[in-house]
Amino acid sequence: MLSKRIIICLDVRDGKTTKGIQFKGNVDIGDPVDMARQYYEQGVDELVFYDITASSDDRGILIDVVNRVAQNIFIPFSVGGGIRDVSDMYRVLNAGAEKISVNTAAVLNPGLISAGAKIFGNQCIVLGMDAKRVEKTEQIPSGYEIWINGGRTPMEIDALWWAKEAESLGAGEICLNSIDADGTNKGYEIALTSLISDAVSIPVIASGGAGIPEHLRDVFVEAGADAALIASMVHYEHYTVGQIKAYLSGEGVPVRELI
Amino acid sequence: MKGMVSIIDYGAGNLRSVKRALLHLGMPCRITDKPLEILSSDRVIFPGVGAAGQAMEVIKSRGLDVVIREVVDSGIPFLGICLGAQIILGQSEEDDTHCLNLIPGKVKRFSDPTLKIPHMGWNTVIKNRNHPLLDGIDARAQFYFVHSYYPEPEREEHIIATTEYGITFASIIGRDNVVATQFHLEKSGGFGLSILKNFSTWDGTVR
Repeated sequence: MLSKRIIICLDVRDGKTTKGIQFKGNVDIGDPVDMARQYYEQGVDELVFYDITASSDDRGILIDVVNRVAQNIFIPFSVGGGIRDVSDMYRVLNAGAEKISVNTAAVLNPGLISAGAKIFGNQCIVLGMDAKRVEKTEQIPSGYEIWINGGRTPMEIDALWWAKEAESLGAGEICLNSIDADGTNKGYEIALTSLISDAVSIPVIASGGAGIPEHLRDVFVEAGADAALIASMVHYEHYTVGQIKAYLSGEGVPVRELI
Repeated sequence: MKGMVSIIDYGAGNLRSVKRALLHLGMPCRITDKPLEILSSDRVIFPGVGAAGQAMEVIKSRGLDVVIREVVDSGIPFLGICLGAQIILGQSEEDDTHCLNLIPGKVKRFSDPTLKIPHMGWNTVIKNRNHPLLDGIDARAQFYFVHSYYPEPEREEHIIATTEYGITFASIIGRDNVVATQFHLEKSGGFGLSILKNFSTWDGTVR
């Protein structure tokens, strides 16, 4: 039986792992390569590195991080942030990433999804989407709006429509982040996750809001997420991956346990 | 060089990941599409990510179909990974592609509409028969899969292990000196590395 995946997200700024609250006020918390190795040893299923480096001049640092991670870690990992075109995708994949996550650039240029999928395969292209709850309108019938630029710019695009559109353009997976839940540690946005997961036939990663292992059970069992993204609950050593998986396993959620 | 592993280069995406895993295990290896290098190596790995149609086009245009048959006929241990476990069959539904036919059978697409496609993530592999590559691998071990198509060998004897995803499909196939895993050995953590390690000492015979 296919296991539900636990994916740890490392936000990387200027070569350091950092963690922010609702997209604001980041603090450095460690070396991404060391942290990646620790989580690998704890039995995490996958890793995501988001480059939140402010200046595009410093993006080369992330490629170096990706290279070093790839030499030591033999599980899949993806890279997002600042990917604007196919040549950016190529650089990241060539450095050893398994997948590329596109968010803002895909909203501004949806052709990037199809171009990437055609060259590297659908399985390489993850659509990252930041959605925020709004009043239902004709423009936003699902009541969830797409925001870009790290949650700073509303786009008047319906999240449900965008998820389906991205699937048809060739995205192989969706990483769905709730702006409302992100950084709160109060649980994933179940309604949003289940809305999107039911509407597409590609895997959906729930993101934003995880604080305790119960939150993961809820998003797997109630919302049907295929994977759950976590960050602060492990970065601040509240939990190990093993503890989270042992809890989920006890709740009947299929997970890959370290043997 | 003794123990040299050639990773067949046909432009597939995961060549470097496979190489990194082999280097991590201390296995001498090279990525190559040169027939003489491939045929003079001790072992051959045939990786793959991407679409069957395009892969077969590149393989044929580089004359690698002929080289691969020679490798297999000469008894060199041969390991296919992911797409490399599909295009060794006769025919693929993907792009309706005529494949290498090292193992008789077909490659089919997952067709259950309730399933998420691709089959992506960690899943269990249930042994159908013993194989030297599976020596020391715990029955509960899980491996990383990413695929929308799956191999379906004609003969039961060519199915080494199976995996459940809506249906039961062949996740390790093989005959004689040929063996192939649908999952990514280079991305399956410690157990994936253990199978690669087993491959590094495999003489190409099946007990």
